[in-house]
Amino acid sequence: MSFITVKNLWKEYGDQVVLENLNLEVKQGEFCTLVGASGCGKSTFLKMLLGQETQSRGDLLLDGDTFPREPDRHRGIVFQRYSVFPHLTVRQNVLMGLELEQKPLLGKLFGQARKAALEKVDAMLDSVGLTASAHKWPHELSGGMQQRLAIAQSLIMRPRVLLLDEPFGALDPGIRADMHDLLLKLWRETGTTIFMVTHDLHEGFYLGTRLLVFDKVRNDPHDPQAYGATITYDLPIGQTDKRLLKDIDQSVSETARNQAA
Amino acid sequence: MRLINRTPGRLTATALGVLPFLAILLIYGLASQQRLAENPNDKLLPGLEQMTSAVDRMAFQEDRRSGDYLMWVDTVASLERLGLGIGVAALMALVVGLLNGVLPLVRANLAPLVSALSMVPPLAILPILFIVFGLGELSKVMLIVIGTAPIMMRDVAQRVRELPAEQLIKIQTLGANSWQIITRMALPQVLPRLIDAVRLSLGPAWLFLIAAEAIASTEGLGYRIFLVRRYLAMDVILPYVIWITILAIVIDQCLRFTNRRLFPWYNAGGH
Repeated sequence: MSFITVKNLWKEYGDQVVLENLNLEVKQGEFCTLVGASGCGKSTFLKMLLGQETQSRGDLLLDGDTFPREPDRHRGIVFQRYSVFPHLTVRQNVLMGLELEQKPLLGKLFGQARKAALEKVDAMLDSVGLTASAHKWPHELSGGMQQRLAIAQSLIMRPRVLLLDEPFGALDPGIRADMHDLLLKLWRETGTTIFMVTHDLHEGFYLGTRLLVFDKVRNDPHDPQAYGATITYDLPIGQTDKRLLKDIDQSVSETARNQAA
Repeated sequence: MRLINRTPGRLTATALGVLPFLAILLIYGLASQQRLAENPNDKLLPGLEQMTSAVDRMAFQEDRRSGDYLMWVDTVASLERLGLGIGVAALMALVVGLLNGVLPLVRANLAPLVSALSMVPPLAILPILFIVFGLGELSKVMLIVIGTAPIMMRDVAQRVRELPAEQLIKIQTLGANSWQIITRMALPQVLPRLIDAVRLSLGPAWLFLIAAEAIASTEGLGYRIFLVRRYLAMDVILPYVIWITILAIVIDQCLRFTNRRLFPWYNAGGH
């Protein structure tokens, strides 16, 4: 049995079909990159994985069971922005999850328990390269540093699934490359299943084990909302040679261009 | 250079800021001098001498009848009412505002009531307060509470709802329950905003305080002003008004300072 199963999944808002007939099987530990033009349901699919949205029809199964209908500690998320708490320092931000888990009423750790938790926090900060900024406020960090913090904050919970919604969209290209290396390193270390939505096709090719392209197969020019998007390409990454990669890149770019036109 | 691009230097800015105050003082001084020259017993525009002697009488000499230093007795009485009223209002605003902001079920239940209450003109229900709570301290404090709490409740709820939706999702993925979301995410981020709301509500609070004291009281700054009005005692009224203004400024600046000290992330653009 696969880790995540998507069977004949549809998502509709009234007359508007966003996703139609999605089928997908994902094994534990895979790193899926979701690409596609705007409005093709990538983020909607991510929200369903998170529990923020529910499907209109079809099945979305985690280990054979239906997905929980609200976000929980087993599914981490990193948004493009606003994923860290401005009123907590870097260290407190990462500590938060552990405190919430261990103290349902107080939500704060003290004494020995806090010390033990902080050791974990510091190790996590070290692995994302934020040790020097441990006592800074989030607003004192650069965009890339804030995203490192958001990732650390999620990963300390050891989530079964990590969801990334265009996490590097607002970053400079150089910083983005650093973040890719970091993300791959963390993924290998933790073995978490990752879903990442991105606008950047090259990012999609470079990162992860699997590329999922969301696109509309059918289009009614008179009623653009009548048909939804589905997964048009489902490609393994890494085994393909460079020329094939280039071919795919071209065709996918073209699809995206048509979609935007 | 366009007018909108001309910015004063530090010295010019200070001078420009002080200028209106000096102008008012000058105009008042001249007018007062003129009237006093015509009639040394004029009460309408007392000079500096008369006012200082009035302050000396009110603040630094025992009252012949009661043996109190009236201005201090008035100040303490008024500040007690103001502090109690605004404190209770802020606490209520925090609780109701947080619940309204975070929990949709409570919001559906309470938000319309809060909105309606905030539209009731508080002074119109002052008679009701006097009837229900009597003429004692309670009715005056209640007027301040009723006058300021509903608006602060709405403000706090609005501030909570302005917190990014991403944060709310994020804390849920960290395993937070509803209680923890309120205490660890909403409450700490709304506290500095509550202090801002209190600063804004202090104006109305003073208004309600003085109105209530004017109508039924035996001491207090508002009571005193309205009492001496009968004798046209401008030499007491003017210093009292200035004193009230100074108190208001000091309280406001104390709150601002507290906000900066307690919440460094808030004032450094970290929200």
